[in-house]
Amino acid sequence: MLKLPIYLDHNATTPMDPRVLEAMLPYFVENFGNAASRNHSFGWQAEEAVDYAREQIAQLIGADPKEIIITSGATEGDNLGIKGVFEMYASKGNHIITCTTEHKAVLDTCKHLEKLGAEVTYLEVQPDGLIDLKQLEAAMRPTTILVAIMYANNEIGVIQPVKEISAIAKKHGALFFTDAVQAVGKIPVDVNADGIDIMAFTAHKMYGPKGVGALYVRRKNPRVKVTAQMDGGGHERGMRSGTLNVPGIVGFGKACEVARLDMAADTERISKLRDKLENALTQIEESYVNGNPAHRLPHVSNISFKYVEGEGLMMGFNKDIALSSGSACTSASLEPSYVLKALGLGDDLAHSSLRFGLGRNTTEEQIDFTIKAVTETVLKLREMSPLWEMFKDGVDIDAIQWAHH
Amino acid sequence: MAYSDKVIDHYSNPKNVGTLDKASKSVGTGLVGAPECGDVMRLQIEVDQATGLITDAKFKTFGCGSAIASSSLATEWLKGKTIDEAVKIDNMDLVEELNLPPVKIHCSVLAEDAIKAAINDFRSKNGLEELVFEQSHV
Repeated sequence: MLKLPIYLDHNATTPMDPRVLEAMLPYFVENFGNAASRNHSFGWQAEEAVDYAREQIAQLIGADPKEIIITSGATEGDNLGIKGVFEMYASKGNHIITCTTEHKAVLDTCKHLEKLGAEVTYLEVQPDGLIDLKQLEAAMRPTTILVAIMYANNEIGVIQPVKEISAIAKKHGALFFTDAVQAVGKIPVDVNADGIDIMAFTAHKMYGPKGVGALYVRRKNPRVKVTAQMDGGGHERGMRSGTLNVPGIVGFGKACEVARLDMAADTERISKLRDKLENALTQIEESYVNGNPAHRLPHVSNISFKYVEGEGLMMGFNKDIALSSGSACTSASLEPSYVLKALGLGDDLAHSSLRFGLGRNTTEEQIDFTIKAVTETVLKLREMSPLWEMFKDGVDIDAIQWAHH
Repeated sequence: MAYSDKVIDHYSNPKNVGTLDKASKSVGTGLVGAPECGDVMRLQIEVDQATGLITDAKFKTFGCGSAIASSSLATEWLKGKTIDEAVKIDNMDLVEELNLPPVKIHCSVLAEDAIKAAINDFRSKNGLEELVFEQSHV
């Protein structure tokens, strides 16, 4: 039996895996110790649990456990990684390179640093969402201390060429930071093979609990340090003070272990469902996939349905299907997705987009239901759309002088 | 943000979706909004020249549920009204009837603008001066 509503917004967050919950449960009431308590068994037990989780986390990304700095999530990781490098390496330079499709936690952190004297280059992306490596090379300066480019994009799922990016950064003596929130646990990420120096990621995007994440900080070749952004007890090798969230960390560790063991099978199954969904929905006239389909996360599909508006479209099925739109009709600004606009999509196509994020629990039955519901709603709304009528009548919509309000 | 029942009802069963002959002298067409803003409304009225009554009204809207509901309700209200009565439809009446939240008030403004644009199109086709309107409440 198909149970409604269907959750297809796994880029926003994922349900916690029951195996993760089970691992966490003993660490709330029974084993509640503070991992920093060095003088009694409660503390030792907590510390042991954290050490084990740190190994599980490190193993997923090919790191050493000592290189894992626990945070509250990826927003904190982005802030600590970028601000921490800017402060720590101030004597070497003040130039940071990032790109326009980054998450706000990276973009707004860079904007904040500009006020403190940083020079920031925001690379444009190509129409398929990938950055241009030649542009990156050309943007490098002697004062460049950091290249901050995301591993995979949250809205369109496009995977950046991180190996090539890190090689360019290294060649010019800059560090490479990546926000890998959408990638870790979904596709193989290896900090050594990928040449990553600092990396932010989080548990709740990979079937772990909310409120816990990690910053990978390289210890060898080169040894990287970031200046702490919170003062206190000097936890996490002095880079991130604060009592450790032991149950959260245990859950994060378990989520990493499950992801490592199940990734290949999950990817094979989920990508087939994604392709089925995408192939069916692009049968609809005037529908377009956003982002490079060859360099993309296996569970994401972002599609624009021209001449219908995304929020209006979602209303047709949002009691049954949960997903996201690039339309920002709900926000006061009326601005559509800046990521889609950065691909060079017109505002109208950005307003017309839906993001499908499949996950571990997505079934074929759910995908069949979704294909039917979305197709029916698109066709119904087009019958109601003046733009669709104009398109069908051969009117050039771009040539009309619209009154902007 | 949840939609009001009335918005959901107009969205699910929109009234008066369609197209009138825009070349006809008895039809007034208002096309407002812009694709880049995520809302385009086309509202049309058909006026009985002898009585001055609006005998039919149709709409097509590209936009969110609140925009569709605002234009659907506007066509309902227009039918049977005289032009002079139609001019007086205020966007805040639509807001009240549909329980639109503050972020959706612009949808009602667009519907009011569409009504006025349709009336002026009808007037200019029939050799009448276009009316000048004050800004609606935003």
